[in-house]
Amino acid sequence: MTRALALCALVAALLAGTATAAPSPADLESQLVCPVCGTTLDQSDAPIAQRMKRYIRQRLAAGASEKQIKAELVDQFGPAVLAEPPKSGFDLLAWLVPLGILAAGAVGVGVIAWGWSRRRSGEGETATPPELDAELERRVDAELRRFES
Amino acid sequence: MTGKVQRVGQAIAIAGVATLLGLLIWKVAFDNEQGAADKLAKGELVHAPAFSLDRLDRNGTLSLAALKGKPLVVNFWASWCGPCKDEAPVLQQTYERYRKQGLVVLGVDVKDFREDARRFMRRYGVTYPVVYDGKGSTIGRWGIQGYPETFFVDRTGKLVGERIAGSVDIERNREAFERGIALALGDQS
Repeated sequence: MTRALALCALVAALLAGTATAAPSPADLESQLVCPVCGTTLDQSDAPIAQRMKRYIRQRLAAGASEKQIKAELVDQFGPAVLAEPPKSGFDLLAWLVPLGILAAGAVGVGVIAWGWSRRRSGEGETATPPELDAELERRVDAELRRFES
Repeated sequence: MTGKVQRVGQAIAIAGVATLLGLLIWKVAFDNEQGAADKLAKGELVHAPAFSLDRLDRNGTLSLAALKGKPLVVNFWASWCGPCKDEAPVLQQTYERYRKQGLVVLGVDVKDFREDARRFMRRYGVTYPVVYDGKGSTIGRWGIQGYPETFFVDRTGKLVGERIAGSVDIERNREAFERGIALALGDQS
């Protein structure tokens, strides 16, 4: 019991530590875009990308938060420097529109699948074997009797 | 009912494909806006694209419209650009030499840190006006492809001469640089 409690406390402490840990330079470099080459900073060796990496390290060392550093770089280079669009204002559409299209597609597929399944089950219920005409039925019976005898 | 659902589904799918096709056609047919540099290279008469940007050499903003009537050498640069360092003294000398004739050298610092740009200006003794375009809002309309690039604007606001890509006043473009200045000043000879 004591061990279980200690383990829970350790896990809680680790989770809390993760939530408040300062971002690493690598984290930020993957979230910011080189304004000249258009790739994320971690993928770029352009002079301005190298300068931005130095800036990130300097600001982190000075105790700046991830949010502060991003805001400062947006002030210098504009919102296009963010690899992901902000989740607020007009930019929120960049997140909502794809989700909306995905949801509409899922609903559409569901409706079509429902329609198809209804049609197939309806076909199963109403299907009746075609009636043979009298002459053909008489000949089939005769052939069967002959086959059995 | 199911037939109706199927028809609606087909209509939505066709509408989606038609919309995407329409966007593609529009993009190909109409979204081919060229920068001023491309038009200039084709020999078209083109006005210098307007801008209004924060100044780096002092407080406030500076618009191209405010410089109307003055011949300009517009130089796009950045502090992290190697060739920009080579040409900085030449541009400063040009500014000092032609200033009395009304020529203005205007620097546009693009995709740069403000402080880096100011440090560059101090280091190279830049005293001509410099504006800051960190977001690169001028790039598309001017047709900038690299750094540095230099344009010449006459007193009527039209681009003249040729765009100089790379450092100015080195052997390969000295003639074009001097001809651009002469055209901007209105000397047709």
